[in-house]
Amino acid sequence: MKEYCEAHQDWQSQQGCYRLTAMSSDADSMPHEIHVTQLGEDALLFLFTPPDAQSVALPIQQKLWQMSYWLEPQRDSLGLLEIVPGMGNLLIKASQKTLLNTLRDLVLTHWPKLSGNDVQGRLLEIPVSYGGAHGPDLEAAAAHCGISKERFIALHSATIYRVYCLGFQPGFAYLGGLDPALEVPRLDSPRIHVPAGSVAIAGSQTAVYPTDSPGGWHIIGHTETRLFDPQAEQPSLLRPGDSVRFVILEEAI
Amino acid sequence: MIEVLRCGTMTSVQDLGRFGMRHLGVGQAGVLDPIATQQANLLLGNEADAAVLELTVGPLQLAFHQDCTVVLTGVDFSTSISTGKAAAAQQAVIPGQAMELKAGMQLTLQRPTIPGTRAYLAVSGGIDVPVVLGSRSTDLASGFGGFHGRALQTGDVLPIGRFFTPPRNAPYGIRPLAPSHVLRATPGPDYDAFTADAHQRFWMQPWGISHQSSRMGLRLNGQALTLNKPLSLLSAGVLPGNVQVPPNGLPIVLSNDAQTIGGYPRIASVIQADLWQLAHLPPLTSVYFQPVTHAVAAQARERQLRYLGRLREALHGA
Repeated sequence: MKEYCEAHQDWQSQQGCYRLTAMSSDADSMPHEIHVTQLGEDALLFLFTPPDAQSVALPIQQKLWQMSYWLEPQRDSLGLLEIVPGMGNLLIKASQKTLLNTLRDLVLTHWPKLSGNDVQGRLLEIPVSYGGAHGPDLEAAAAHCGISKERFIALHSATIYRVYCLGFQPGFAYLGGLDPALEVPRLDSPRIHVPAGSVAIAGSQTAVYPTDSPGGWHIIGHTETRLFDPQAEQPSLLRPGDSVRFVILEEAI
Repeated sequence: MIEVLRCGTMTSVQDLGRFGMRHLGVGQAGVLDPIATQQANLLLGNEADAAVLELTVGPLQLAFHQDCTVVLTGVDFSTSISTGKAAAAQQAVIPGQAMELKAGMQLTLQRPTIPGTRAYLAVSGGIDVPVVLGSRSTDLASGFGGFHGRALQTGDVLPIGRFFTPPRNAPYGIRPLAPSHVLRATPGPDYDAFTADAHQRFWMQPWGISHQSSRMGLRLNGQALTLNKPLSLLSAGVLPGNVQVPPNGLPIVLSNDAQTIGGYPRIASVIQADLWQLAHLPPLTSVYFQPVTHAVAAQARERQLRYLGRLREALHGA
């Protein structure tokens, strides 16, 4: 028990340097706090939104994309093993613990210099077969939202979505911008098998499953577009900052 | 070449893992026990990251179509060599010792002596599957890398690499490391969001290992951990070793096949130097978490690297 207390106190003092809040005051936005915490002995997590934030403003995420694209070519020179943008946050893993303080200062000094202008993402069109056997949950989702299936499809395919980050599966893009009229809760019990290419929605998000997997989202359609190819030079079709539009290929209503 | 006569369950080709791809959603994969793997590769004179077979449940029977040397590390897997002819004498394989095989011989790996723990079979030259996204490891969930992106099946034929430098100081045996069932850990980003009771419980209670544990994560049973108030987090990058607490309050230690982004509160992170134990913690046993500082974590990692360096020196000369 004594050891437990000592180690606990040790951290508290250590957290002074590894759990820190910096103020960012850039020219074109309100000053905001950045929280930095350590995730294991060799990684840092930067939160660019308040810890209790439930959504990310696009300008913050745009700076985040700029930050990761700025760090990417410096991987070797900075000793960075992983650069993982999340929703309003950034994880970096260093090759050595000693680099962490340098990396932390580098990110914090560079953040205010980022313009917040849009990154040069591409616009990708993904053809979708909506409803019927391709989208077994379309009917229930439309009913939940109190609109017709036609209207549901029209709204889903009208938006230009942004790729906020990738995760969950290789090439799985967290897309922001779903029309609030289309929000549905997750399925009560997840499906054991969601086929690759399924276009799905849950909460305020929509996504395409790149690989067969279990999943708790509502499947509203299917695409033949391949989202992840491990043999390709750019294995993921979608990258953070890209824009995506779903194009109606077929409607089964 | 090695032909798989009986495939066992969940035998896969792995190396030390796939790195630098998490921003694309691509996880680490790779052996759960990098220490046992490097021991085996050093004994054979392979590159440290040569691909090996990770064995979980037997029985696995392999026919060797060429001369080569093999080493088994990790848990003892009741392994024997036979000439492949009926009623021929069998020779037991001692873990941690290099064994020379002639073309035509067979290797039978029955089962782990402790069910739920893992063994590693390395061959001189390594398993020569193509490198995909920087690694020969099998990404089992997404189905790429390793041998056709899947666990081994009966009838598979595995190519063997040609490059290795047999140790100067042979024969030499290596004793496997014994897991201590104590996982040293540092505080996670959401440590303070948990109650004082939860902190006490996390460090003081023995955590039972669930049957649902897998290469994705070590799932634990015990008195649930509670938050000061409900916490809804934006999705953020996670790493192997991170300890996540889903709403049921039972922690999960993320392992090599865990997804790259998560949204559950992170109470702690198991230190790098203790992650190899995740390969050898069977269901129905328990583990403790021990709080350490980041400095201790770094020292432990350095000690582990020094051990591997000394092993290289002992086998291959300075």
